[in-house]
Amino acid sequence: MEDMKDQVVIETENLTKVYGPQAAVDHVSFSVMSGEVFGFLGPNGAGKTTTLLMLLGLTEPTSGKVRVLGIDPARDSIKVKGVIGYMPENMGFYGDMDAVQTLRYMAELNSLPRDVADARIEEALKTVGLADEAKKKLSAYSRGMRQRLGIAELLVKDPKVAFLDEPTLGLDPDATNRMIELIESLTQEKKMTIVLCSHFLNMVEKLCKRVGIMIKGKMVAQGPMDWLAQEKLGLGSEEYTLEELYMKYFQEA
Amino acid sequence: MHGLKAIFRKELADHFSSYRFIILFSLITMVSLIIAYMVGVNIRQGLEGVAKPKFIFLMLFTAQGVVFSLVQFVAFFGPLIGLVLGFDAINRERNEGTLAKLVSQPIYRDSVINGKFLAGVVTISVMMVSIVLLITGMGLIIVGVIPGMEELWRIFLYLIVSIVYVSFWLGISILFSILFRSIATSALASIALWIFFSFVVSIGANVIANAVVPDVKESDIEARVQHIKVQRAISLISPMVLYSDGTATVIDPTRKTTSIVLVGPMEKISQERFSGPLPLSQSILVVVPYIISLIAITAICFAVSYAVFMRQEIRSV
Repeated sequence: MEDMKDQVVIETENLTKVYGPQAAVDHVSFSVMSGEVFGFLGPNGAGKTTTLLMLLGLTEPTSGKVRVLGIDPARDSIKVKGVIGYMPENMGFYGDMDAVQTLRYMAELNSLPRDVADARIEEALKTVGLADEAKKKLSAYSRGMRQRLGIAELLVKDPKVAFLDEPTLGLDPDATNRMIELIESLTQEKKMTIVLCSHFLNMVEKLCKRVGIMIKGKMVAQGPMDWLAQEKLGLGSEEYTLEELYMKYFQEA
Repeated sequence: MHGLKAIFRKELADHFSSYRFIILFSLITMVSLIIAYMVGVNIRQGLEGVAKPKFIFLMLFTAQGVVFSLVQFVAFFGPLIGLVLGFDAINRERNEGTLAKLVSQPIYRDSVINGKFLAGVVTISVMMVSIVLLITGMGLIIVGVIPGMEELWRIFLYLIVSIVYVSFWLGISILFSILFRSIATSALASIALWIFFSFVVSIGANVIANAVVPDVKESDIEARVQHIKVQRAISLISPMVLYSDGTATVIDPTRKTTSIVLVGPMEKISQERFSGPLPLSQSILVVVPYIISLIAITAICFAVSYAVFMRQEIRSV
């Protein structure tokens, strides 16, 4: 288990995606280690989602190298999609299905055997606290419930890596806290490696040890937060907030 | 094959539980039953005191009811079944944000299209088969004639061609749902294409034929043939014409050919006197090119769908 700790799960080298005249992602290199929660920060339109799509094999990179668990997503996207759970921003659900049907569909798409799926679905619904609402149509779900169902989908799929794109967007404080707890349980109990995209810097600060800051398609900084703070602000780990750090980079770029 | 079964099952369940399907199905059943009833009563009255002619049972499908015969009804309104089942297949998922999640599962992207198409084809087949069975049942009761083996085969063939035909329209509407992001636009485009093929092409064919072969006199047979040839060649671009021509010889065995034959008055009399129905095998021979054309245009439609969908960016917003 210990040597798993330092294994590289995601690795990119000079990853570039060009749309028309503009590079949406410009020579981005970063790596994510097994078991960590990597905070992926940056303003809207910085290229974070595009990078995630390339990691998933949903978009082909213009140039550069990507490896997820040693697999090239552009070559073998089916295999990569089998080991990554992706919770997109503004994730949609089929409104006329209930939670169990939704999770069962997810399990079928991942070719899980029926008995394994049923056991996982029951457990997942309990974990996210939706067991009582499991038979309700999703059109009647609140935003917080939908996001929790998204986490339940991850629990059913049980991938090695999870990409969470703005998981707390538009949630009330209570729902946000519940979401943070759930993400913590993903990494601690399920040992998932997590890439977390968010503007909610308090949460990132709480969950992540390492962050990457992406601005205008370029990765301007990456590393442990303490280290970045020391480097950039000349401050010890106690005297800064991630927000200050982020704004500093943002203003420089 | 990854994911095809799961998507197929889900889509099929969606179709059968949707209001859209229930409304469509009741509408079509209603119209078909009315047509079959009118035709059946007419046939029974016509049959009184007369020896039973051959293929009387097939007349249930080909004889004019109120306005349409059943075959004409399917030719004109069958496309709507296909269009309604598919016009929002992909873009609804895109707009609701479920597509990003779907394609990030370990499935091939074409399984999404295939699963949706197959579910639609099964839905269409269920509709068509139940309508034909209903009409056959009504025919038995009203006309009191039992269909012969050959008639059953012809009805079966007709069913197959009809399912292929409606599935072509399903394929078209799925293509539109990939091309257009907005559901309203793809619905409108589907309807526009339907109107184009059902009305514009037939009128347009006549107009173009008039332009190519102008001033046709009654006596000038060669020019008349030329005129009709041009008109037919143009109207054949419409799948509707392909379908009606294709099914005509199957379901209406007294029709020998789908092309025009000009005969003199004496010949016509002798032809009518000795006209027997075309054997089933010959009917099939006439029909095969039409079926192949229908399948071919469906395949083209699919090729375009795949090509576009594979390249499309799937974003959640």
